[in-house]
Amino acid sequence: MRIVVLSKPVPDPAIGGEHLGPDDRLVRSGASAVINGNDEYALEAALKLCEAHGGEVTLLAMAPESAPETLRKGLAMGAHRAVHVTDPALAGSCALSTTRVLAAALRTQSYDLVLAGVDTSDGAGGIVAAGVATLLGLPYLSYAARIEPDPAAGRVRVRRLSPVGYDELEAPMPALIGCTQVLGEPRYPSLKGIMAARSKEITALTLADLELEEPVGGGVATSRLLSSHLPPSRGDTQVIREPAADAARAIADFLADRRIV
Amino acid sequence: MPGAIWIVAEVGADGSLVRLSTEAATLARTLGAESGRDVVGVVVAPEPSAAATALAAYVPRVLAVTEPVIADHVAATVVAERVAALVEREQPSYLVLGASPDGRDTAGVLSALLGWGVLANATGATWDEEGPRIEGSVFGGALLTSSAFTGDRGIVTLRLSAVTAEPSGDAGLVEPATVDVRSTLPEIPVLDRVEETGGKASIEEARIVVAGGRGVGGPEGFAIVEQLADALGGAVGATRAAVDSGWISYAQQIGQTGKTVKPQLYLALGISGAIQHKVGMQTSETIVAVNRDPDAPLAEYADLYVIGDLFEVGPALLAELRARAG
Repeated sequence: MRIVVLSKPVPDPAIGGEHLGPDDRLVRSGASAVINGNDEYALEAALKLCEAHGGEVTLLAMAPESAPETLRKGLAMGAHRAVHVTDPALAGSCALSTTRVLAAALRTQSYDLVLAGVDTSDGAGGIVAAGVATLLGLPYLSYAARIEPDPAAGRVRVRRLSPVGYDELEAPMPALIGCTQVLGEPRYPSLKGIMAARSKEITALTLADLELEEPVGGGVATSRLLSSHLPPSRGDTQVIREPAADAARAIADFLADRRIV
Repeated sequence: MPGAIWIVAEVGADGSLVRLSTEAATLARTLGAESGRDVVGVVVAPEPSAAATALAAYVPRVLAVTEPVIADHVAATVVAERVAALVEREQPSYLVLGASPDGRDTAGVLSALLGWGVLANATGATWDEEGPRIEGSVFGGALLTSSAFTGDRGIVTLRLSAVTAEPSGDAGLVEPATVDVRSTLPEIPVLDRVEETGGKASIEEARIVVAGGRGVGGPEGFAIVEQLADALGGAVGATRAAVDSGWISYAQQIGQTGKTVKPQLYLALGISGAIQHKVGMQTSETIVAVNRDPDAPLAEYADLYVIGDLFEVGPALLAELRARAG
């Protein structure tokens, strides 16, 4: 099986500490980039599928020049190679440009499955994977909780989370699957994996290497930021530290004051 | 004549209109009133009439498209292709959808088919001279944003519970509409639909959510969380750590890779409240937390923070609530 995993570098959400700089742009002191959390679940699922069925996993990212550092972790987890689309013209791209670029980059690859997280922790729009599948005419199976390919039959079964439980879906391969954390915890890179990742290939592509049918990049962004501000504080926190019975009375009083109970 | 604002509805498995679509319809109607543009609802379903009638309580005109294939196929792609065909015919300017799993999938397909941009996870919108000004957030709510489309077309997805649904007071007109079926995208069969929630209250609909985290310690520890939820008439939520440990199902997870809730009361037991969890509950009206760690992140944004052992404070609170309830 050949599996491509869409892997977006995002600011590490575990670090936080965001504030606005003097130029009104977001400053994340010390926040380094990591592979988007849901994309890591997708990568873990891809690695397990290749362990079970044989094959290779390719990471695909559209990201600034510094991305190889971040992609190296995915290679250390076990991905075989990476493709990094980077171009100065892509700075300030909107989700539609990202969708078009990823679709064009996938046209340069051969694969049985494309896996992607259902959304990313930065913008969290959750729309790019559906758009990529649309542009490529691929079956699109989203919110996957289980992925069971049948390489001999050329088909894949996906358990899709629904509001009340799940739906069992089936589609021919190649297909694009939107992945959730229910697929299982990503592994930690082993020391051997980290060593091996240093020599794995990261192919850099620019827009000139892609056959794009539509314009892309910051110059044709479909939306623009008008203003931004930090969320208002929730107000003061009342802290209590008392024996359990007193604490319980204090909570009940607090809820009664707010007419919640 | 400037293009209309459309609300693309989501229909539940039972054929009813989902609540998020009534919120999206309310937002679309507000934008229509501010801009003087027409507002139209679109329902694409195997049997659209119930949902279309429900939607007509919010908007003056509803296009109802009967699409039997959705009965046993994944809806989003099919709905998006039908809506895209209607968009070509009627030339609206803006589409509003719910930011639910199906709504996001539909919006993503529509964006690619129409070449329109998407402003995702809106928490509100106002008309700003030439187009909608969309309120939203990035980085899990760390930064609030106001955004606009650069052109005169666009797709907005609306976050659940961001807008209060208000019927217009007039029954709108439901028009059956037909679309030239041109499915070019693969239709994906649904082999089986499985209900798993066992009647458990949905955390997204609950007025009160009682949630447990790592501090709950194990599946048995959720007993006190469940008892408190019962006593308060609320639903049980959990952090990713608790779900990843297998103590409770993913459907109950709140936070970045789970659900976003906005209850009247969020009672957090044994939850530190790191950013990944915070993004899913920070807009709750009241947040009360019980945690042993005085320095946990939740101590900075809870309204009431009780430093203590949840296995002592929890049962005491349960007894107190039961005593007061008589």
